[in-house]
Amino acid sequence: MTTPSLRPVEAPPSAGPPARRPDRLTTGLWATGIAVFLFIYLPLGVVVLYAFHDANIVAWPFRPFTFRWFRALAADRALLDSAVASLKLAILATFIALGVGVPGAFVLDRLQFPGKAAFERLVLLPLILPGVITGVALLTFFSFIGVSLSSGFPLVPGWPVVLGHGAALTSVVVTQVYARLRRFDRVLEEASQDLYANEWLTFWHVTLPVIRSAILGSALLVFTLSLDEIAVTFFLIGRQNTLPLQIWGLLRRGITPEVNAAATIIFALSVCVIVLWARLMRTTD
Amino acid sequence: MIDGQAPAAPEEHPRTDRPPVRRSAGPPIRPSALDRLRASRRLRTLVGAALPVGWVTLLLLLPYLFLFAHSFFRLRNGQLTHELTLENYGRLFGTALYPQTILFSAGIALRVTLASLLLAYPLAYLLAFKVKRHRNLLYMAVIIPLWVSYLVRAYAWKIILGQEGILNGFLMSIGLIHEPLTVLLYSKWAVMLALIHIYTPFTLMPIYAVLEAIPVSFKEASQDLYAGRWATFRNVVLPLSLPGVIAGCTFAFVLSMGDFIAPTLLGGNDSALMVSNLVVSLFGVAFNWPLGAAVSVVMLAMTLVLLTLARGIEDRMNYGGQADGRTGGPGATVGRGSLHA
Amino acid sequence: MTQPILQLRNLTKRFGPGVAAVDDVSLDVAAGEFLTLLGASGSGKTTTLRMIAGFEHPSNGEILMDGQPLTQLPPFKRELNTVFQQYALFPHMSVRDNVGYGLRMRKAARAEIAERVGQALDMVQLGHLGDRAPRQLSGGQQQRVALARALVNRPRVLLLDEPLGALDLKLRKEMQLELKHLNRQLGITFLYVTHDQEEALTMSDRIALMRNGRIEQLSGPREMYEQPISRYVADFIGETNLLSGVVEEMGGPADGRTGGPAVQRVRIRVEGVSLEGAASRPVRAGEKAWLAIRPEHIQLAEPQAGPNRLSVTVRDVVFTGVVTRVHTTLADGSPLVIHWPSEQSPPELGATITVCLSPERVRCLGD
Repeated sequence: MTTPSLRPVEAPPSAGPPARRPDRLTTGLWATGIAVFLFIYLPLGVVVLYAFHDANIVAWPFRPFTFRWFRALAADRALLDSAVASLKLAILATFIALGVGVPGAFVLDRLQFPGKAAFERLVLLPLILPGVITGVALLTFFSFIGVSLSSGFPLVPGWPVVLGHGAALTSVVVTQVYARLRRFDRVLEEASQDLYANEWLTFWHVTLPVIRSAILGSALLVFTLSLDEIAVTFFLIGRQNTLPLQIWGLLRRGITPEVNAAATIIFALSVCVIVLWARLMRTTD
Repeated sequence: MIDGQAPAAPEEHPRTDRPPVRRSAGPPIRPSALDRLRASRRLRTLVGAALPVGWVTLLLLLPYLFLFAHSFFRLRNGQLTHELTLENYGRLFGTALYPQTILFSAGIALRVTLASLLLAYPLAYLLAFKVKRHRNLLYMAVIIPLWVSYLVRAYAWKIILGQEGILNGFLMSIGLIHEPLTVLLYSKWAVMLALIHIYTPFTLMPIYAVLEAIPVSFKEASQDLYAGRWATFRNVVLPLSLPGVIAGCTFAFVLSMGDFIAPTLLGGNDSALMVSNLVVSLFGVAFNWPLGAAVSVVMLAMTLVLLTLARGIEDRMNYGGQADGRTGGPGATVGRGSLHA
Repeated sequence: MTQPILQLRNLTKRFGPGVAAVDDVSLDVAAGEFLTLLGASGSGKTTTLRMIAGFEHPSNGEILMDGQPLTQLPPFKRELNTVFQQYALFPHMSVRDNVGYGLRMRKAARAEIAERVGQALDMVQLGHLGDRAPRQLSGGQQQRVALARALVNRPRVLLLDEPLGALDLKLRKEMQLELKHLNRQLGITFLYVTHDQEEALTMSDRIALMRNGRIEQLSGPREMYEQPISRYVADFIGETNLLSGVVEEMGGPADGRTGGPAVQRVRIRVEGVSLEGAASRPVRAGEKAWLAIRPEHIQLAEPQAGPNRLSVTVRDVVFTGVVTRVHTTLADGSPLVIHWPSEQSPPELGATITVCLSPERVRCLGD
């Protein structure tokens, strides 16, 4: 053994407490943790890897490397249309969720009124409820009041799906902004008013800067979640498929690496957005 | 006036062309009508709450109520009528298929939940207590898949487990099997595997949030009082982490029970046995909305009961502050958990 | 000009239906004065301050500034500024921007803002730290920024809500003197809230001691220390021995210490011993009362006869530097603390000694 000589001499086991060594418990814990980590990432790795698979069927062994599936993607008219639709949907849903969710968080943080507890539970419900239920609920609602699922097309993929995403994802904005508001020391607002700023100036100069990152962060989350949403979309979609639904259609027909290519792009974009979100969260904490 | 009284004031300033900003003993400032309105708390509440409450009422409360109403509507010759009837629920509970489906889904969800917990807890513990460097980064890495395409995650298992899939190919290439295994895909096992994969990060999030909030001094105090590591875990860490465990498990159970994408992609014939797929086919294929609504209402009721129970237990286990889980049930815990990134 | 700068008239605040947090408080604050609202937590002192600043709306009563009602004005229209308990510095702004905030909100010219902010920072000796973020400063420095941020607006009245609470003892003592100095120098009225009686005694021109939402006593620090009007005040301010007894008889007006409220001679029986003292309110014979005496006003009695002699047993002797505290008990076990001059050798533990309570220092108090 070539132990560096600078290392302190280990005490003999008889004298004093024995030095701590990595014990079986800790080792087991690490092993389990790493295994779980692999379990989470290995399937995603496989998907990404096979996007570059140089064969028509996704099968063992992997044949490196080709970009032709990405080129095929670029030529797939229906897929591109659905991607555009998804983008429109996600942008609109984000604005709606922000427009309602930010005031909603303030309502939860600052106002007291009868029924507030019910309001809180209701606004958070879509976060906890299976998407199917929210989806069919919105479907019965829109069909009952007679709004066509394709209304608004081709300007938007359909107003029901836009409103549905907005309604379901408001909860994300509310939880994120509310969490920040709860940590916000309102004495800062009092200090601002004490220094001659009225309510609007106080909001603009003091409150907003502090919660800005939570708002931006939740906007990013809503955007990615809307891009990825299937359950609610499935029931509310009209003529124009969204990207996930289009891919889902491809999946049910058969598997080509083209789907992997699409998945890889979605995956990469999502990771970028989430990393951006994490940075936003960190800078203000 | 201030300057006059304080000749030695160090902040005396030369006059600028603008009058100095100060409303000294000039005319008194009279409160405007707006100032009087400001004092009215009721009015502020009304104005502030109108938009969010109105929106939530219109696009969440009403739809859920409509769903509830639909479950009492009668279907006549395939046409939806607005006659009220209980026959949807009669059929739901009278036909063995529907209760069986619900129980089967609940069984799947329960197993998925337990497995997710067993996978998530050690990793959460590791992240909270053992990982010293890049802890936030690693935590982010674990929960990133949550926000990354759900479809991709379900699809991954399809290409891995398929008959010509990667696992079969791999096993054959190393000579472990000679025929492709057909049991892998299109079975409830495939569905469960995918669901465990999807919901493990979900379960981990609130557990990690709670574990991370446990002060190291608690563990040290316990060890100082002669508890070994296992006793410390059992008597201190585990009880304090239970609110997170309950939040995570509630989440995993409810969402995996209501999932219809993984079953559709991976379940084959077994997928018909999942309650959410039943709802999908009742709404989408059979066009029996009232019955579909009734099944949904039963699911909704089960979910709400479960959430209320979980919230109650969580509240009871909240030992004042350090693991502040009582901000609105599992949802808020998870919302908070994600903030811990 | 004797118009008070600030007047509180029957000010009352109720949070919900229960007890009033502030209960019918009336108070005149003279221009340039350093007035302290002193009290335990929950006594209503902070609520009073917040009503003056405009953060709470009074349930009843009025606040006048220069004789003009203030009650309907929102905080941002009031000619006063606040130094907050935890400073409330805006975390996303530099020190300079924090200090200049009020001037910006009042749309002062840029040049004027820059100049006045510079002067204000110099005044608190932080001229070199203007570009730092608040969290990069020490507690004491943050405290000074908060002070500069309020003073730069040249308010008529400065409200201070326990501004020194988060500082360590040494720094606190320094800042106390500095605040007192600023008050004199700038001529700005200081309204100061604290629970620390020593701080109040050090800085104030007058102290309003609050208890359960009311002002228990309003007077100068020396008077409050020497002539507390109730057991509560005596106990709250400084260190006091309190013995329960019964009023025996009333005497004529007291000689010696005058200047406060009319003082009457009174005899009070404690533990079978009749003691002489003074009462600042009318009492009747046979009434239960408290005898209050400061530890520094008890001496070892002369060997021969003398007034107000009391026999006590020594239980503990504690050296604290300036004085030696001798803890003793009366026959019934009630404690009596004596400040022993350091140059005298302290008594033996367990010894029974006879002490004398200076008659002109003994106060007879109600609850």
